[in-house]
Amino acid sequence: MRTKHFFNPLTFTALLFAAAWFSACGPKNPTTATVGDAASKVYVAPGSYDEFYNIVSGGFNGQVSVYGLPSGRLLRIIPVFSQFAENGWGYSEETKPMLNTSHGFVPWDDSHHIALSTTNGEHDGKWAFVNANNTPRIARINLKTFRTEEIIEIPNSSGNHSSPFITENSEYAVAGTRFSYPMDGQGKNPDVAISTYKENFKGTVSFVSINPENGRMGIGFQVLLPGVNFDLSRCGRGPSHDWFFFSCYNTEQANTLLEVNASQKDKDFIMAVNWKKCEEYAKAGKGRKEQVRYAHNVYSDETHTGTSTIENEVIVLDPKELKDIVYFMPCPKSPHGCDVDPTGQYIVGSGKLAAVIPVFSFDKIQKAIADRNFEAEYEGIPVLKYDAVLHGEVQKPGLGPLHTEFDGKGNAYTSFFVSSEIVKWDIAKLQVLDRVPTYYSIGHLCVPGGPTRKPHGKYVIAYNKITKDRYLPTGPELTQSAQLYDISGDKMKLLLDFPTTGEPHYAEAIPASLVQPNSLKIFKIEENKHPYVAKGEKEAKVVREGNKVHVYMTSIRSHFTPDNIEGVKLGDEVYFHVTNLEQDWDVPHGFAVKGSNNSEILIMPGETCTLKWVPDRVGVVPIYCTDFCSALHQEMQGYVRVSPAGSNVPLKWTTGGTPEANNF
Amino acid sequence: MKAYTLLFALFCLVLSNCAEAPGTPSAASSGAPVVAGGQENVKDDVSQKDVVKVAVGSPDHTTLVKAVTAAELVTALSNAGPFTVFAPTNAAFDKLPAGTVSQLLEPGKKADLQDILQYHVAVAVFKPEMLRDGQVISMANGGNITIGVKDGKITVNGTANVIASVPASNGIVHVIDGVLLPK
Repeated sequence: MRTKHFFNPLTFTALLFAAAWFSACGPKNPTTATVGDAASKVYVAPGSYDEFYNIVSGGFNGQVSVYGLPSGRLLRIIPVFSQFAENGWGYSEETKPMLNTSHGFVPWDDSHHIALSTTNGEHDGKWAFVNANNTPRIARINLKTFRTEEIIEIPNSSGNHSSPFITENSEYAVAGTRFSYPMDGQGKNPDVAISTYKENFKGTVSFVSINPENGRMGIGFQVLLPGVNFDLSRCGRGPSHDWFFFSCYNTEQANTLLEVNASQKDKDFIMAVNWKKCEEYAKAGKGRKEQVRYAHNVYSDETHTGTSTIENEVIVLDPKELKDIVYFMPCPKSPHGCDVDPTGQYIVGSGKLAAVIPVFSFDKIQKAIADRNFEAEYEGIPVLKYDAVLHGEVQKPGLGPLHTEFDGKGNAYTSFFVSSEIVKWDIAKLQVLDRVPTYYSIGHLCVPGGPTRKPHGKYVIAYNKITKDRYLPTGPELTQSAQLYDISGDKMKLLLDFPTTGEPHYAEAIPASLVQPNSLKIFKIEENKHPYVAKGEKEAKVVREGNKVHVYMTSIRSHFTPDNIEGVKLGDEVYFHVTNLEQDWDVPHGFAVKGSNNSEILIMPGETCTLKWVPDRVGVVPIYCTDFCSALHQEMQGYVRVSPAGSNVPLKWTTGGTPEANNF
Repeated sequence: MKAYTLLFALFCLVLSNCAEAPGTPSAASSGAPVVAGGQENVKDDVSQKDVVKVAVGSPDHTTLVKAVTAAELVTALSNAGPFTVFAPTNAAFDKLPAGTVSQLLEPGKKADLQDILQYHVAVAVFKPEMLRDGQVISMANGGNITIGVKDGKITVNGTANVIASVPASNGIVHVIDGVLLPK
């Protein structure tokens, strides 16, 4: 570590006085909570790169954002489930199909958890998966383009919260129902009284298959389960590779005032699912085929277009009949986090209302299953004896444990919402080693590689729910935030606060070296297979098909071709298919038309994007580039003449003169 | 258009004189590295070549490249543009009175050299098809050139012939057989 002394002693003393003076009205404890050399540990010099990509869910913004670590610099917001007028995601003709569902167009969602693809339980840098809570979906982001490439809807599901956590070789991503609801076995949600929860409501967990070559998803199979709330989940690792673990609460099966009614029992469950066995049974035809409806949307980088297909069938496995695929393990007080350590031996349940953290032993679970050491059945599913599967409990770790990550050195890091802190503890010895406060009210936390066999360690990042006085206030609605802690020593050290977009829930961090070399610079124009591409200005044209006017437009520094269009009439639908002819890294063009009820679009080099525009009045309407592209960006503009319906103005298009002179 | 293909074939030389590019992962350095230049240092073997890389890749333009470097115009011409560059060949420079080039390359003459070179650059893209006989184009140094078009042949100021045109990512390079001298 190089150190530089920026301040002379006099300045330093003055600063100390200043700090003391301001601490009276500033946030409590922040300056004392950071270490002296924190700034140098997070400083990434101009032109230098961060060591990690931090891929962060956006919560209620329905997106994913990407930060550099340790600097906390925001690198990109990736639109996923929510429309993004800034670049046209969900507005352009090509991306509208990506937001199609069995409910029709759902242009928003609530995205909570990230799962990065793994091979042999280690990050491989190929894809990021993210869940949609509201209208159950899983999206796959390609880490070459940092774009959403696929979204699959989950049938027989409500509130897709325990998702999209993945198995060690990215064989499956999971999706569990937070909200159980009436299921009639025919893919329908029948009209029954809400008070019939215990009788009619069911839950499911779905295993979404992932093609190892191209990442394509499909609903592999579903497991039909009792009506409870499934919360979070993790795959097994190493010896527990074949298993998946889910936390469940509301085993009381309350349908109202869950705040009270779902906290009656001392213990709810961690559910262990043998997914390998499920897969076997599904392949052997032991599941029931159920007719359902779900959208499966795929975006192609060749056609630059998304397509949405409605699919109709899933395989449902019933653990009441297939006795050896699902087991419950009692877990204190409404478990939330359900995390598996890097060795795959320990499963940590975090009861939101529990005074202990129970740690289950995979070996003991296997023994209890083999010995049929059950204490009861819950709706036909065996419940293993708590003491028989328990490795031990961390006593009085803090208040309101939520989530646990690991450093690969035998330590666990658990977030505590109620007591607003991170607690480091020894997994084998179940002893608390250190604790640090978070500002304020931490939810999820992330150690780079924390949910893999080989954590990269170095930092833990807290994703907080409340910021209050941590930043300059911006009215009632404040920024969300993350905090970076150094975990390289025995004691955790706060290094940095950084604001985040949306509300961060779960996040993962991956070494830049696994992602950066594959990042795509441009789309090759010769590989563009968009049906309305113009691969050069000579291919630019305007074609009328009834009341639809298709403009095959090109953009290049610093003009559109064509940039003068006449013959559009009121009542027409105009489709601007804009191809960016640039083959130069980081030279996007934008496209906008006055009065667009849609959005603008940004077109990357070599790409074609389509903006639909329905003119609402007669007149000459400007079009222009919205992405500052060159010294003559402000000259990158044109006009569309809109004539009355029935007008005989002929269809005509030019750039730089008459059509005859326009053979550039 | 044959000249296009010919020139392209020559452009297989890889730019090798880059300074240390920015962007090495460094979590905790305490000072900003000072890297001379700008976008010319970006490591990118995927994108189309910009006007500077087009010139660098041409064995016929070593004098021009040397001059552009001495005049510290590499960074500007590696930026977004858009540019039209009239690029005199080595032979064109050789036609100047003996000693002119070496004199211009002297440190004390940088302003003169910049003036001459900027007289070869327009901020806009003029494809050959867009050029008209008698067309006046305003150049980066503030001067004007006059285009001549006769029998499909393009001349500049009546003194230089356009012998090839090469599209670049940030504009276009017209290869000329004479050096343009600001009026």
